[in-house]
This record gives sequence, structure tokens and C-alpha cells, in this order.
Amino acid sequence: MNEIKRVIIIGAGQAGGETAQRLRQGGFAGDITLIGEEPYAPYQRPPLSKKYLAGELDMDRLLLRPASVYGEENIALLTSLKAVWIDRASKKVRVEGGRELSYDALVLATGSRPRKLPLAGADLAGVFTLRTAADIDAMKPHFVQGKKLVVIGAGYIGLEAAAVARQLGLDVTVVETAVRPLARVTSPEVAGFFLDEHTRQGVRFVLGGQPALIKGSDHVTAVGLTDGTEIPADIVLAGIGVNPEMTLASQCGLTTENGVITDAQCRTSDPNIFAIGDCAARPISFFDNRLCRLESVHNAIEGAKIVAAAITGGKPPALEAPWFWSDQYDLKLQIAGLFNGYDHIVFRGVMTDRAFAAFYYQGEKLIAVDAVNKPAEYLGAKMLIQTGRSLPRDVIADETRPMKELVASAK
Amino acid sequence: MPKITYIEHSGKEHVVDAPNGQTVMEAAVKHAVPGIDADCGGACACATCHVYVDAAWADKTGEAGSMEQSMLDFANDVEPTSRLSCQIKISDALDGLVVRLPKSQH
Repeated sequence: MNEIKRVIIIGAGQAGGETAQRLRQGGFAGDITLIGEEPYAPYQRPPLSKKYLAGELDMDRLLLRPASVYGEENIALLTSLKAVWIDRASKKVRVEGGRELSYDALVLATGSRPRKLPLAGADLAGVFTLRTAADIDAMKPHFVQGKKLVVIGAGYIGLEAAAVARQLGLDVTVVETAVRPLARVTSPEVAGFFLDEHTRQGVRFVLGGQPALIKGSDHVTAVGLTDGTEIPADIVLAGIGVNPEMTLASQCGLTTENGVITDAQCRTSDPNIFAIGDCAARPISFFDNRLCRLESVHNAIEGAKIVAAAITGGKPPALEAPWFWSDQYDLKLQIAGLFNGYDHIVFRGVMTDRAFAAFYYQGEKLIAVDAVNKPAEYLGAKMLIQTGRSLPRDVIADETRPMKELVASAK
Repeated sequence: MPKITYIEHSGKEHVVDAPNGQTVMEAAVKHAVPGIDADCGGACACATCHVYVDAAWADKTGEAGSMEQSMLDFANDVEPTSRLSCQIKISDALDGLVVRLPKSQH
């Protein structure tokens, strides 16, 4: 690659913002342009469905860094602006309004978009998806005691919002097409625990429920299911997953599947273009270099570190095992690794104590942990996975020995 | 507004004005104090905002909670006054607080 003097980052979420910051930290003195569609400087998304929705955090505290920092570090932050075209041959990005910007290296950090409900009535007032601060700002005024919320989709976002809604005194029903919540992201055992917890908190579940239409004349009044059931609703929240935002990448002919495909250095099929965060899929070394599109803070930060090192010629970061978290009520779920393909599950602690860890094994190999109010088990397992070590299943289950001691003894 | 002093591992000092109600982690991030990663943004989910509370202040900042203590057990170079700075809420009582930063957060 020729000398890089101009970096353009498309997408001013956490991945894009961290890239700009880490380029400067790594001594990059060239031009950095950070283009974001939202009106804000890069902010944290995880609290949106948690403390921001609950009204415990305002926008100022959501920002990753104060907006003034970008000017101080000579980073051109262009907000409320959409990039509309990439010309790879001339290495230019066109933005709305027709202005063209030249790059030597381009970083796609375009994130993901919530799937829209493929149903009649999905455009009615009172039907929301949850991705941006603006989404929450629009939904929050309806989040008042006594209102009826129907959440469609029992993934982490849906359950986090359901938890906040119950704490604010809303009447909450969760509709899920699968037979259990969290079906794509955890084991039946852990899913069962969260189902019980939410049920105890007064959330009603319709599992195996197929939404057929959203009813109402201008504002939603009910969700109709295929079996004829009608669930009255003042607000509907669709939490049925996201799609990677790959419009620009596809349009300029980069290789895409479920995400913009990159190598371990986050380089796309064009060596001058990187892709990171929710929109990208890269090989993960801890999992036989399987291509993974991870929707997480860890992935956003790690991608930013990798790209900044690649552009500045700095030392690549030490890679972490994928990690995630979810806060629901007083439960802190911490996840490390990827559970897909496990054949054994081992518990430390018991669910009835509301503090336990589920370790996922593929044969003798520890591949993931779901820890609920058990941070030591989470950090210990994360360390093991990162260093390619495991503990025998009967050993890890032995609660008489502290996790730290077990980790130190692992081979 | 309370003043907090952060001392980098290299000895470099940063004195910042931090409003009540923010955490010691947030104030550091907002003023771009290097050495506090705070990957998870203060959800007590990552243990990358480890600090050493100056001995003179250890009583005032209080003890680590049990979740926090479990996380600290796995941090590097832990000392008796180690805390996760996302769990220390700033108040007038902490005006003048001094914290030192570890060599690395990972």
C-alpha cells in the first residue's frame, strides 16, 4: 500500500469513532474524516435499551467522548450526512449533496439496521424498532405506567426493553415465533432461566406465536396472530434482529455474504478498504478462523484497534475472545466465546440462587460461558478461551475451588 | 465542582473537574485521560477501568462491591486499594481524590 495520508471512515458509531481516536493515538498525522448519518458524535449503543430507555442516562453521558474532542484532535466529524457512493477506481466517496472526498484508506463502519416487521400495519404510529438514540427518544414518551407494550422477538434487545418496561410499570407481552426466548443466542437451560425470571416479573410470553398483522387505523391498537389471537397494544417494539448495512459495499462490488467479508486485518476484497463492526465478518482465530459477524462492543473496539494498527504500521492488538453482556432487572449476564456447536453444558452454582455460570464445551474444549451475576466465572472462562486452555468438565463444576485457582491450574 | 487527579503509570498527572454524579471512569474518558480503556462504558462488564485509589482516599471511596471484587480478582497487578473506576461515584466528599493508573488494562 502506498503512503496513507487521507483516511475516510463511513459510519460514526462506536467502531468508526474508536478508529478515528486510535489512529490519532497511534501517531497518524494525516487527514481523518468521520462521516455519520446521525446528528451526534459517536455514542454508546448498549445503554439505549437499558439505562437510556429507563431515563437514567442522558445523551451527554452516552457520548463516547465529548463532541469537542474531535476538533481538538483535528478529526473532521461530519454528522447528519449520508455517504451515497464509493468509486474504488478513483478512490473517492460521494456524500449527499454531491460533494466528493478522496481517500487513501477507507473504513466501512456502517453498522446494521433493525429488520422491519414484514407485516401489514408495520408502519402505524406506535410501532418502533430500537437501534438509535432517536428511536428511544421517539418511544420513550409512550413508556409510562399502565401502557400496553407488545415486544415482537425475544432476543436480548427485546428482553432488555421488556425488563425496563416492567420496572416502569407497563403491561408487557413478548411474542416469539420460536418455542423459547433467546433461541439463537443461548442454550435451552439458560433461556429457561430468563423465561422464568421475566415471568416472575409479570411479563407474559406467547411462545411459538406467529404475528400476522398490526392492527389500528393510524395508531397501533393490537397485534394479531395467525391463530386469530389479538393482543391489545399501545406500543409495539420489533426486536427481530438486524441486517448488516452493506449498501455501499455491495454497490462498489466488494465481496459480501452475511456481512462485508474481510481478512483477519479487517481488509475487504479491496486492499484499500477496511470493514469493521456490525457490518463486517472476519475470521476469528479462537474458532478455527470461522468467519463471524459479531454484533458487539468488543468487536467494534477490536476492529478499530486492528485497522488503526494496519494503517499506522503499529503493533496489532492482542485479540480477545468475543464478549457480550446484557442487563435485565438486577441480573448481569456476561458472555464470553461463542456457544454454537457445543455438545456439553456444565454449571457452577444453581439457577435458584440467581447467580450461576453455564460453561459450554465442544468435546473437551471450553468454547463459551454464560455467567449470570458470576463475574469471576465469566472473566476466568474468557481468559481460558483466549489462551486456548480448558479445564476438565468435572473440575470446572467444583464450586469448592475458586475460579481464579482453577484458571491458574488449567492446561 | 470536585477535582480528580489521575496519575498515569509514567507519572504524568491529569487534574480534571468532574461533576457530581459522574463516575471516576466517566470523568477520565471525557477528558481523554489515557490509561483507562472502559470498553463496556461503565456497565461493570469488562474490568478495563482499573485504578489504584491513593491510600489517603481509600476510606472515602469505600470498598469494592462483591461483583466488582470478583472482576478485580482477574485484573492485572491488583493492589489492596484497587477499584474499578466505573463504580466510584463522584461527590463533594471526593473533591481532591487522587487515583493512579495501572501499566495496562488488559
